[in-house]
Amino acid sequence: MTALSHAITRDSLTSGRLPKFATPVTAVAAAIVGFALAVLLAGGNLGAAVVIAYLIFLITMEIAARVVEGSRQAADRRARHLIAGAFLLALLPLGSVVLEVLSKGMARFDIAFFTQSMRNVVGEGGGAVHAVYGTLYVTGLATLISVPIGLLTAIYLAEYGVRNRLSKAITFFVDVMTGVPSIVAGLFAYALMSLIFGAGYKSGFSGSLALSVLMIPVVVRSSEELLRLVPNELREAAYALGVPKWLTIVKVVLPTAISGLVSGVILSIARVIGETAPLLIAAGYTTSLNNNPFAGPMMTLPVFVYDSYAHPGTDVQAYLDRAWAGALTLILIVMLLNLIGRLIARRFAPKTR
Amino acid sequence: MSKRIETTDLNVYYGNFRAVEDVTITIEPRTVTAFIGPSGCGKSTFLRTLNRMHEVIPGAHVEGEVLLDGENLYGPGVDPVRVRRQVGMVFQRPNPFPTMSIKENVLAGIRLNNKRMPKEEQDALVESSLRGANLWEEVKNRLDLPGSGLSGGQQQRLCIARAIAMSPEVLLMDEPCSALDPISTLAIEDLIAELKQKYTIVIVTHNMQQAARVSDTTAFFNIAGTGAPGKLIEVGPTDKIFSAPDVQATEDYISGRFG
Amino acid sequence: MTAKLSSTPVGSAAAKPLPGPDPKRPGEAVFRGLATGAGILILVILALVAGFLLIQGSPALFADPAKLASQAYGEFVGWVLPYVWGTVWAAILALVLAVPVAIGIALFISHYAPRRLAQPLGYLIDLLAAVPSVVFGLWGSLVLAPAVLPLYETLNTYLGFIPLFSGQVSGTGRTILTAAVVLATMVLPIITSLCREVFLQAPRLHEEAALALGATRWEMIKMAVLPFARPGMIAAVMLGLGRALGETMAVTMLLSGSRNITIELLTSQNPNTIAAVIAQNFAEAFGLKTNQLIAAGLVLFLITLGVNSIARWIVSRRAQYSGAN
Repeated sequence: MTALSHAITRDSLTSGRLPKFATPVTAVAAAIVGFALAVLLAGGNLGAAVVIAYLIFLITMEIAARVVEGSRQAADRRARHLIAGAFLLALLPLGSVVLEVLSKGMARFDIAFFTQSMRNVVGEGGGAVHAVYGTLYVTGLATLISVPIGLLTAIYLAEYGVRNRLSKAITFFVDVMTGVPSIVAGLFAYALMSLIFGAGYKSGFSGSLALSVLMIPVVVRSSEELLRLVPNELREAAYALGVPKWLTIVKVVLPTAISGLVSGVILSIARVIGETAPLLIAAGYTTSLNNNPFAGPMMTLPVFVYDSYAHPGTDVQAYLDRAWAGALTLILIVMLLNLIGRLIARRFAPKTR
Repeated sequence: MSKRIETTDLNVYYGNFRAVEDVTITIEPRTVTAFIGPSGCGKSTFLRTLNRMHEVIPGAHVEGEVLLDGENLYGPGVDPVRVRRQVGMVFQRPNPFPTMSIKENVLAGIRLNNKRMPKEEQDALVESSLRGANLWEEVKNRLDLPGSGLSGGQQQRLCIARAIAMSPEVLLMDEPCSALDPISTLAIEDLIAELKQKYTIVIVTHNMQQAARVSDTTAFFNIAGTGAPGKLIEVGPTDKIFSAPDVQATEDYISGRFG
Repeated sequence: MTAKLSSTPVGSAAAKPLPGPDPKRPGEAVFRGLATGAGILILVILALVAGFLLIQGSPALFADPAKLASQAYGEFVGWVLPYVWGTVWAAILALVLAVPVAIGIALFISHYAPRRLAQPLGYLIDLLAAVPSVVFGLWGSLVLAPAVLPLYETLNTYLGFIPLFSGQVSGTGRTILTAAVVLATMVLPIITSLCREVFLQAPRLHEEAALALGATRWEMIKMAVLPFARPGMIAAVMLGLGRALGETMAVTMLLSGSRNITIELLTSQNPNTIAAVIAQNFAEAFGLKTNQLIAAGLVLFLITLGVNSIARWIVSRRAQYSGAN
C-alpha cells in the first residue's frame, strides 16, 4: 500500500472507499471499449465483445480498488464480480435455448404437425401425431406402474417399517436407483422383454418399463417425505378413536398429504417425459401411429426429435423444422407440468397447524 | 356409560427402561380424577396405558393389570383397537382432522371404522355430541365448514365432541387446556363438570388450581430424579389432598416448594 | 352397553399380547402386506436390472475374441476402453466448466442476492433442469457449435502450441469441448441446488463471528461457509459427475461414432462415450452385437454406481458430524 492510501484510510470511517458510482461507470466504459475492440479485432463478434468488456471491467476495478481501498477490499470486490458473472453466464444458455426453440420451432408448430404422422413422408409435410400419442401411451402406462409401487413403498417406509433393517435396505436401493443412467434403464427393459418375447422385441410397454425404473425412485422419495410431514398428532387422534392402523393411513394420513402427493407425481412425470435414450432402446421408432402399446415399436416425442435430426430424408431443412417443432412441444409440456405440479402443492395444502 | 378403572401394581416400560413403577389406583365411575405432579413424573405415560395408546411407541409395554369393570385391558386376546373405542382420549393440542368438516370430524370415529349409520341417526348424533361439548350453538350453522377454521378453544371442544360421539365408558384428557387461553380454559372446565354426570373422567394437569377446581379425586405422582421411575405418591379426595395430605412430598408440591 | 373387549374367552392361557397393531385384523394384514411387498419389489427390480444386463451381456463378455471380431465389434476390453476414456474425459471436462460456475451461482443466491430475489433466482436456474436432454442436443449441435467455431479457430491459431488446442480445427464446431459445454449446462442445476442448500445451512453463529471481527463478505465466506460446506460440495460434484457420465443424447447428437483416444479439444476427431455408442448403434445391431452393446451398458452402470456410492458415503459421513436433521 502506498503512503497515499495509508493517509486516506487512517482516521475516517468513510474515506478509503470507492464512490458508489464507480461500479456502474466502469461497467459502461468497459462495455464501450470492449465493443470497439471487438469491431476492430474480431469483426464485430458479439461474444468477443462481451468477453473483452468483462475482462476490461474486472481489471479496471481491481486496480482502482487496490489503490483506493486496499487489497482485502479489492479481493472482496473481485469475488463479488466473479460470482455475479457466474450467475449471468448460466443465464446465457437458458436464454439461448428458450429463444432458439421458440423461434425455430414456430415454423412447423401448426395443425398439420399435430394431426399427421410421418407415414410415407420423406420430405416436406408430415407431422408428429404418432409421436404425441406414443408419448401419452408410454408415459401414462409408466405412471400407472410407478405410482402404486412407489406410493406403497413410501407408506411402508414412513408408517410400518420405520428405521428397521428392511427399510434401511430399501432406502439404500432407492438411492441407487436414482443414479441409474437412463440408457441403462432402457437396456434393462429391452433385455427383460427380449428374454420373454425373443430378440428385437420393441414396444410401448417396454418403454414404459424403462421409464418406471426411472420414475419409481422419484415417487418414493417425494411421497415418503410428504408422509413424514403429516403431524403425528393426527395419527394419534385417529388411534385414540379406536381406528385400526391401515384405516388411519388410508382415511387420515393420505387425504392430508394428497395435494403434495399429486404434485410429486406430476413433477416425476415431467422428469421422465423428456427421456430419449431409454425409449430409443426399448420402444424403437416407427413412422406410423401405433395404438397398441404391447405390439410393435412406438414413436415418442423425444425420439421423434432425435430421429428427425439424425436421419433426415430428402429435405434436410423440413426434417430440422419438424425437430425444432417437436422440441418446442416437449418444452411446453414439461414447463406446463412443472407449473401445475407446483401450483397444486401450494394451493391445496390443508392447513394442519 | 361409565365404568370403574382399577390398576394393581402397574409398571410401564419403554424398552428396558421402567418409566412408571407400581401404580395401584381405583377410579370410581362418574367422577373426575386428576393426576398432578412435576414434569416428567410419568403421569401422561400412565394415562396413556389406560387406553393402550402408549403401545404406539415401539418397544413400549406394561406389566400388571388394568381392569375396566373387572375386565383386564391387557388380557390375552384383547384387541387394543377395541379398547380405544371404549376409552376415549382428548389431547393437549387440539387436532381436528384438517381434511374434514366439523360434522365429519364429530362422526370421524364412526366413519373411519366404516360403520354404516342412517342419515337421521348421524345428524342426531352430531347434534347430541356437539351439545354435550357445549359447541352446538356456536357451529350449528356451519357444520360443513372445515374443522380447522375454529378458534383454539372451539377446536378442543370439537375434539371432545368427537370423543364422546363414540359413547366411551371413560374419557381420558391429557392436559386439555394447556394450549388454550384462560376464557376457553374456563369453558372446558365447566364442560368437565357437566360431562362427569355421564362419563368417568381422568384428567392430567400441571395446573394445580385446575385440579382443585375440577376434580373429585386427586392423585399425586412424583419422580426421584432423572432416570428414576415415576411413582404414585398419594391419592385421595381432592379436598383432603389440598388441605391435609398424608405424605410430606405431596404437601411440598402443593405449597410450591418444588415442581 | 357393555361391549366385549376380547375375541377369545377370558381365562384361556396365552402369552402376553405383543405391542403394536393387531395382526388378526384382515384389512390390516392385507394392507401391510401390500406395502411391505412394494418395498421388497424395489429390491427385486434393482437385482433384476443388474441380473438381466449380466445375462444378456455375458455372451459378449465371455465369447471367443475371434467370434467377436467377425460377428460383433471385436474383443471386448479393447473395444470398450476408448469409450470408457471418452465417457470419463467428457464428464471431467464438463465438471471443470460447471463446478466453479455452480459454486458461484450457489454463493450468489445464498449470500449475495437480495432476500426477496433468492427464491425466484433459484427457480430460474432450476428451469435449466427442466429442459429435456434431446433439446439440449439439438441446441448444442445446431446453435452452439456454429457459434463457438470462431472461438475455436482463434484458440487454434494463437494457442495451438498447447496440446489441448492443437490439431486441425473442426469445420462444424462439433467437438468434445462443445459436448462438454452442453453437459456442463445440464449438470449445472444439480450441483447448484445441492451447494445452495449446503451454503444456506452454514451456521449463522460463525458467520456473525467473522463479520464482527471486521471481515469482508468474501472473507466471511472463506472462513465460515466454505469449510463447513466442503463435504457437501464434494458430494454435489460427485452427483454431478454421476449424471454427466450417464448422459446420452447431448453427446450422441454432437459427436460421431469414432473411437479416438485424444485430448485435443478442437478437432473433428473426437472420442465417443459409452452411452452414445450404444444409442448410435442399437437400432441396427442384432445377435452378438446387441449382446456386446448391453455389456457396455453394464460397464457404464458399474462406473456410475461406484461414483454415486462414494457421493452418498460422503454425505452420510457429514450428516453424522454436523448433527443436522
